[in-house]
Amino acid sequence: MLNKKSLVLAVSTGALALASMSNAHASTLEDTLENGEVRCGVSDGLPGFSAPDDDGNWQGLDVDVCRAVAAAVLGDADAVEYVSLNAVERFTALQSGEVDVLSRNTTWTTTRDTTLGINFAGVNFYDGQGFMVNRDLGITDASELDGAAICVQAGTTTELNLADYFRANDMEFDPIVFDTSEQTVGGYQAGRCDVLTSDTSQLAALRIQLDDPDSSVVLSDVISKEPLGPSVRQGDDQWFNIVKWSLSAMLNAEEYGISSENVDDMMASEDPNIARLLGQDGNYGEGMGLEADWAYNIISQVGNYAQSYDRNVGMDSPLQIERGVNALWIDGGVQYAPPIR
Amino acid sequence: MIHNRDMITERPAPKSVIGPIAWLRANLFNGPINSLFTLIGLYIVYLLFVPSVQWAFINADWIGTSRDDCSREGACWVFVNARIGQFIYGLYPSEETWRANIIFAGFFALIAWLAIPRLPFKRWVAIFALVAFPVIAYVLLHGGYFGLERIPTNRWGGLMLTLLLATVGMIAALPIGIMLALGRRSDMPIVRSFCVVFIEFWRGVPLITILFMASVMLPLFLPGDMNIDRLVRALIGITLFQSAYMAEVIRGGLQAIPKGQEEAAAALGMTYWKRMGLIVLPQALKMMIPGIVNTFISLFKDTTLVMIIGLFDLLGIVQAALSDSRWLGFSLEGYVFAAFMFWVFCFSMSRYSQYLERKLHTGHRN
Repeated sequence: MLNKKSLVLAVSTGALALASMSNAHASTLEDTLENGEVRCGVSDGLPGFSAPDDDGNWQGLDVDVCRAVAAAVLGDADAVEYVSLNAVERFTALQSGEVDVLSRNTTWTTTRDTTLGINFAGVNFYDGQGFMVNRDLGITDASELDGAAICVQAGTTTELNLADYFRANDMEFDPIVFDTSEQTVGGYQAGRCDVLTSDTSQLAALRIQLDDPDSSVVLSDVISKEPLGPSVRQGDDQWFNIVKWSLSAMLNAEEYGISSENVDDMMASEDPNIARLLGQDGNYGEGMGLEADWAYNIISQVGNYAQSYDRNVGMDSPLQIERGVNALWIDGGVQYAPPIR
Repeated sequence: MIHNRDMITERPAPKSVIGPIAWLRANLFNGPINSLFTLIGLYIVYLLFVPSVQWAFINADWIGTSRDDCSREGACWVFVNARIGQFIYGLYPSEETWRANIIFAGFFALIAWLAIPRLPFKRWVAIFALVAFPVIAYVLLHGGYFGLERIPTNRWGGLMLTLLLATVGMIAALPIGIMLALGRRSDMPIVRSFCVVFIEFWRGVPLITILFMASVMLPLFLPGDMNIDRLVRALIGITLFQSAYMAEVIRGGLQAIPKGQEEAAAALGMTYWKRMGLIVLPQALKMMIPGIVNTFISLFKDTTLVMIIGLFDLLGIVQAALSDSRWLGFSLEGYVFAAFMFWVFCFSMSRYSQYLERKLHTGHRN
């Protein structure tokens, strides 16, 4: 984990000077309008976030950010050129201009934000380390885990967070350490431990792979902060704004109850917030170089945040991840988008 | 003395010498220890074979469209079935796959034509295959000309991409490899040292490093508006890497040709290129067939490494399919399918090389 990180840093910072020199071309928005496609970097396959479906179309929560940007800029959510990137090359691809948006379950950290020449445009999923327990144990809260045998992968920050959490809460635990994530699941399945810990988004995917997925349940508690979000190159504030507000538009749409199904009815709404979002009262796309119907296009073609969440990782998907902290602020979560006005 | 002048009629050899029972006795049960090992071996095969057959065939699910159609008692081939299009064409748009099909058909037809000795016009077919076919394949697959929809290379994938990487790598590496091998044996110091440095450099770094350099470092060194397609980058990397290996295989073959052959050719007044092209290389290449095919097979499998630079070759697309949340947990089926496809291609190459060796056998073999 550490090695990978330092390699990324070395490669990225070492070549940053060259990369920033190469950014002296026309604005990203102009390039995108000319190409007719948003070039979006996604992962090479991560359940619920980006993976090709049976028909070869990319699907996922991260993919929906790409689609939202394409809908806002080009009016067509399908006008995206997906570039699958692995963890090492993702930042280089963004810096060198191979992609214009990086939406690849990337944790927003100080180092990445300040030294890699990129800007994070928001958070589309608040991930964090969580626990999966056997349903028969009847545990509903992480505070009940005192004295549990916990399966964890060796040498990751997961292991560190686990020890920190139990020390901070003055609880005991018995770590059962494995080398790979497959072995960890195997150990859990074989009953070597009562609890398995990993990032919640991964726990959901691991749970499906159990022989009997219904025998286990993922607790809603999280013990570390992993805010995942899309990022763009530094130096093009207009493009940064477009990506930031595309994401905000999806969150605002959920807050005001606008979905892809009712967006056409909502066009006549008297609510000034809705009228502003849908471009019926003033043109809030103008400042970004977009048309007034930018948010309408996002909502009608991609949907609001709740729709995207449910479809890809939430209750309508096999992963069944609860909203938890990803609920809107009015519902007790932390998803809070600045107002459109 | 009475001589019986009639020949004794031929009788079949006794059962204890020929036939399956005799074979068993001679090979499997010719002593107590060997018999014991045979029985143990049979038992192990039984232990492995029965569950595999049960998993892969008897308890397997074949028909359906989603994971609900799988009982999970055996293999769920529904997964492979639902994704077969992607495994073959990658993310190539499904309404355009006819273009890939034409290229597939042309590719296999050309290979068959060149491989089956009876068919005529070999030279013209070879020229067509090496010159015209790649151009046709590019135009048809990539599109953008003649009203064909443009399909960027990041949508190519699956078996199509694996075959493309492997064939281009093989065909381009062979001539470069021959040149490097000749260069390394040359008397000219600059040519020789260039070839030595080239071969030792490319052979000294792992392919994965080359691919990483091509995909991570190279874009940073290029001017901003210049973006070399990542497939092209991978192809160049693979070709150069492969040519270094090929050069050493060919050099091995060249060294096996007695020096007298070249000297005799020189005595007849042949130039360097004639000596090489007419006398040395034809003999050497023939002996190198096992080595060359070996390198080909290893290249074919090495192409899976492009997965790490975000290209979806056969194995990469299988892994991407496995990360679709609707198909989580079917990794065994996916990998078995990928392994089977690779085995089919590698085994065919290996068989053809053995056939070629027998056909070209002119007495060098002991």
